[in-house]
Amino acid sequence: MTNKIDTDMVKHVAHLVRLGISEEEAQKFSPQFTSIIDYFNMLNEVDTENVPPASDITNNTNVLREDTAKPSMSREEFLKNAPNSERGYIKVPTVLGDE
Amino acid sequence: MQLTSLTIREASEMLAAKQISSVELTQATLQRAHEIDPQIQSYVTITDDLALEQARQADERIAKGENVTPLTGIPFAMKDCISTRGVRTTCSSKILEDYVPQYNATVTNKLADVGAVLMGKTNMDEFGMGSSCENSALFNTHNPWDLERVPGGSSGGSAAAMSAGLASFTIGEDTGGSVRMPAGFCNVTGIKPTYGRVSRYGLISLVSSFDCIGPMTRDVYDCATVLETIAGHDPQDSTTFNSPVPRYTQHVTKSVKGMTIGIPKEYFVSGMEAGVESSIQEAIRTYEKLGMKIQEVSLPNTQYALPVYYLLLFAEASSNLARMDGTRFGLSVAENAKDVIDIYLQTRHEGFGDEVKRRIMLGAYALSAGYYDAYYLKAQKVRTLLRRDFELALSSVDILLAPTCPTTAFKLGEKTNDPLEMYLSDIYVVATNPAGVPALALPCGFSNNMPVGMQLIGKHLDEQTLFQVGHAYQQVTDWHKQLPPL
Repeated sequence: MTNKIDTDMVKHVAHLVRLGISEEEAQKFSPQFTSIIDYFNMLNEVDTENVPPASDITNNTNVLREDTAKPSMSREEFLKNAPNSERGYIKVPTVLGDE
Repeated sequence: MQLTSLTIREASEMLAAKQISSVELTQATLQRAHEIDPQIQSYVTITDDLALEQARQADERIAKGENVTPLTGIPFAMKDCISTRGVRTTCSSKILEDYVPQYNATVTNKLADVGAVLMGKTNMDEFGMGSSCENSALFNTHNPWDLERVPGGSSGGSAAAMSAGLASFTIGEDTGGSVRMPAGFCNVTGIKPTYGRVSRYGLISLVSSFDCIGPMTRDVYDCATVLETIAGHDPQDSTTFNSPVPRYTQHVTKSVKGMTIGIPKEYFVSGMEAGVESSIQEAIRTYEKLGMKIQEVSLPNTQYALPVYYLLLFAEASSNLARMDGTRFGLSVAENAKDVIDIYLQTRHEGFGDEVKRRIMLGAYALSAGYYDAYYLKAQKVRTLLRRDFELALSSVDILLAPTCPTTAFKLGEKTNDPLEMYLSDIYVVATNPAGVPALALPCGFSNNMPVGMQLIGKHLDEQTLFQVGHAYQQVTDWHKQLPPL
């Protein structure tokens, strides 16, 4: 299985991770992605019939705690790092458009 | 006597005997950092005033004899992905260049509680993505043994600072060799503990199921001292083990006679630098002389460790780094943004370096419809096999011994044009993280005047045996005492 990752696919995955990308960058990444994914294809050699996927490596069972309210960071403190805020809220432009 | 080349143990004894003060030790370390670090560039931030204040407090504690531990008054540096309240924490990324956390990581709190002195924050590959520190978006770090060479990565700043005597110990983080590989390149001792042994709370996550915080030190004894301080259960990290932390230092001197070392045959294949191979063979002979048995073992899926590691890394990192979105903290690029998506696109385009972009895009690819089964799910299945390999091999021996890297430190720029070639330098260190087992790296010789590292790999939660076997080696060798020609 060889998957060539063309510039359209690069732009598609860039959009999936909300990463702005130029045509030049897509052209640079395309052959790099193709060779990296091609290398990963060696996993196809491995017989994983009846092998469960790993999920946890600590063998911990569910870790639960009481659902009690505790003091947390103040709003003022939290907002110190926010690039833009107003009246105690983080401010961003339109989230839901007209479409 | 130079204060900056003391071990923690030596410095701590001198502090207790009032032969030196923490302020003197801290001043000497700060002075050396300001003199030497311009060539090495291991520090992103040096916290002079804070360090001196903490040193004064430590001296008061020592004077009163209250709550004095072996780390009280000892200056250390922290990898810049571990949160320090009020001290900039950049992950060596443009996107967090001015980010100042409002809270401490659990490890930061634990070290503050015992009165260790924070010297500053160390350089790394951006978000831990790299093997040479050259993916730092801030600057390159140089290997103290040869300034034209890399210190390794991603904890390259922590390794270089430790090696050059710019801190008495450093804290690194190992997602797939990021403590051990640079430790080997820079001639220091470092451990990747068992996954879940040290709290990840406040660590800026790269791969949540691989990440392990671990100390880097002058010798094994010091490494045990720091690990027993920072390890333990933390209600803030539900993956931490509830079991008590052993007092590792009390048992490091136990004899290793009669124990068995496994040599994984898949780690000794062509492509290894001759001087690396001969150093490792010499270390094996040293252990034989100490009365240990040597046994060849097999980790049959070794060749698949690298693709498993990178696929899972890409997938988890693409999800973890979603939080870097320019709205709540960090860099925000909102020029003419017509909606919030525009802020995401612009901020991430300007804020992330190429390696981060590559990895989060490939992570989205491996997780996306049509490719999930072939890549992500397949990698998780092979991960199960990797873990079984270690369990089986370690059922017949006490520990495994292997190199940390096929070569010694390479030159700056040598591998930057080919991402895949850079990934291959991690070949010996990545398998432990998907399996969760602990591994201790320590110096074992030189090849063409550059340090060679080996690693001891142990059973889950059996750091004790690693320290015991590592310490025995350092009692009869002096590689770890060699200092770079600065």
